[in-house]
Amino acid sequence: MFEYLFDAIRDGILAPVVAMVAPAGYESYTLYTLETLVKILAILIPLLLSVLYLTYAERRIIGLIQCRIGPNRVGFFGRRVWGLGQPIADAVKLLFKEIIIPTGANKRLFIIAPLLSVAPSLAAWAVVPFDDTLVLADINAGLLYILALTSLAVYGVIIAGWASNSKYAFLGAMRSAAQIVAYEIAMGFALVCVLIAAGSLNLGEIISSQSGSILHWFWLPLLPIFLVYFISGVAETNRAPFDVAEGESEIVAGFHVEYGGMAFSIFFMAEYANMILISVLTAVLFCGGWLSPFQGLPLIGAIPYISEPSILWLLIKTSVFLFLFLWFRATFPRYRYDQIMRLGWKVFLPITIVWIVVIAGMVVARVPPWFS
Amino acid sequence: MVALYQVMAIYHFGRRGVCLYGGGYVEQERKTKNWKLKMLEQVVFYIFGAVLVTSAGMVVTVRNPVHAALFLVLAFFCSAAIWLLLQAEFLAIVLVLVYVGAVMVLFLFVVMMLNINLAPLREGFAGFLPVGLFVAALMLTAMGLIVSSDHVLPGLPPAAAQPPIDAANTELLGKTLFTEYLYPFEIAGAILLVAIIAAISLTMRKPAAQRTPKPEKQVVVKRDTRVRLVNMESASPPEKGDSGGLSQRSQGGKQGDNSD
Repeated sequence: MFEYLFDAIRDGILAPVVAMVAPAGYESYTLYTLETLVKILAILIPLLLSVLYLTYAERRIIGLIQCRIGPNRVGFFGRRVWGLGQPIADAVKLLFKEIIIPTGANKRLFIIAPLLSVAPSLAAWAVVPFDDTLVLADINAGLLYILALTSLAVYGVIIAGWASNSKYAFLGAMRSAAQIVAYEIAMGFALVCVLIAAGSLNLGEIISSQSGSILHWFWLPLLPIFLVYFISGVAETNRAPFDVAEGESEIVAGFHVEYGGMAFSIFFMAEYANMILISVLTAVLFCGGWLSPFQGLPLIGAIPYISEPSILWLLIKTSVFLFLFLWFRATFPRYRYDQIMRLGWKVFLPITIVWIVVIAGMVVARVPPWFS
Repeated sequence: MVALYQVMAIYHFGRRGVCLYGGGYVEQERKTKNWKLKMLEQVVFYIFGAVLVTSAGMVVTVRNPVHAALFLVLAFFCSAAIWLLLQAEFLAIVLVLVYVGAVMVLFLFVVMMLNINLAPLREGFAGFLPVGLFVAALMLTAMGLIVSSDHVLPGLPPAAAQPPIDAANTELLGKTLFTEYLYPFEIAGAILLVAIIAAISLTMRKPAAQRTPKPEKQVVVKRDTRVRLVNMESASPPEKGDSGGLSQRSQGGKQGDNSD
């Protein structure tokens, strides 16, 4: 479906324009560049819309969990549509607020920090496969690319904390740096387990190697790793209960305490885009990505559409993991800093290292049904 | 210096149409590629090369150590981009992952925490300048010799002798590393492990009376190990005639009053 759409856009809109404006001899390159740009927009616009409405979903869901109402006033054209206009009103408000740069701040780094924070969380989407063929860059080292880019996200936080010239911001940055480095290692080892199980670094091939049924997905042979990966993902995105980098009650708002207006909202956007990314990756690596959970079942598996792989399954799985993010935030109190360090270094790291040996043994022994 | 070397070497190999592969330098079939694409590639190469050399220069010239560390990050990033141009995607990504994502984060962490005063560090600059210039000249000569010669590394077969390989770079690198170069790889790993242990044992000094909380003991604490609820007679026994349920309640209430 999407391929036809892209082909239609390329042949119908881009090609005539390129033929008119591009210099002779460069048509194919211009067309290719424009086509890639359209594809990037096709990923980014839905992503940013999801970020916008994830904030709404978060407030409503946590409101429900805590017996509150949540935002339900702002609507469209004089009607309250369950408060669906709220994120748009928030965005407009943030757009019109002044960005205040503190006097002692390092101006350039202060401005660069939010950009450094959001860029990796958007760039990582290049290798995420949405469908069998629907992927922007089908590169072989996709898993490594994701790992490299998620490890860059910490720079935004550190630089923001340092450039603000504020003690609270600096404390938040230091906490975040130590925390992200600790959980990054567990996350990397978790990805090594997936790599051993799938025998490939390409995300599409990782999903294909999980096909069969819901029991063939990697969550079962990699169960501890699945949990470690998702919890590390929560820690890596600085979400509750691992949000010591923000720690409202201790260090005001941590690394972004000096930021306001759009500069603040870019940090916000990066955090939510990272949440969605971690959820998609958990779905792709451990829960079969676009594969249907009803595949291979006796009765339901025979129904068309329900048992077939499609992008809808990926979206549903992603939403489930996103809900978990919100649920955690509504439920758990914040971890203390030394407890976070202990969990990362003394619990997760040994678990992942042991499981690398276990999964390698399973692959060598060709344990059915996953590795036969 | 290293950045300059990298740019020179990469420019050299890139010009000859050589790309970096697991086992060595393999001639890559580039004749089929359009010259326009090659030109675009060169433009990208020059942009990244210029940024790489500039930022490498800034690392040693800027006054603020945090800025220097950030320029080093930029330099690593640019060299990773140049490696990507050579289709050495594994090395490029690992450079970003290890150096940018982990090593430099810790560097920044330390540099920001220590608040280094650079003035005393700069005092001996003039005295060390001749030594630095000598080393620089030596390295420059070595680079020139290596880059201008056709023998890239001794012991490797000439580039043209190896057939072009279509398999993924990462896979090839892994296979070569774990078969042909297994012993050097394992020895390097062992050396790194020894270095880690040595660094930890040299720097870890436990204070005589350490009073840090132990989170592993704290997280397993249950209510029963800390709080004991005791049923006891209240000071003034409840009035007779109360129903049984109410008297139970008032007992609980009395306990709460005591704690207040």
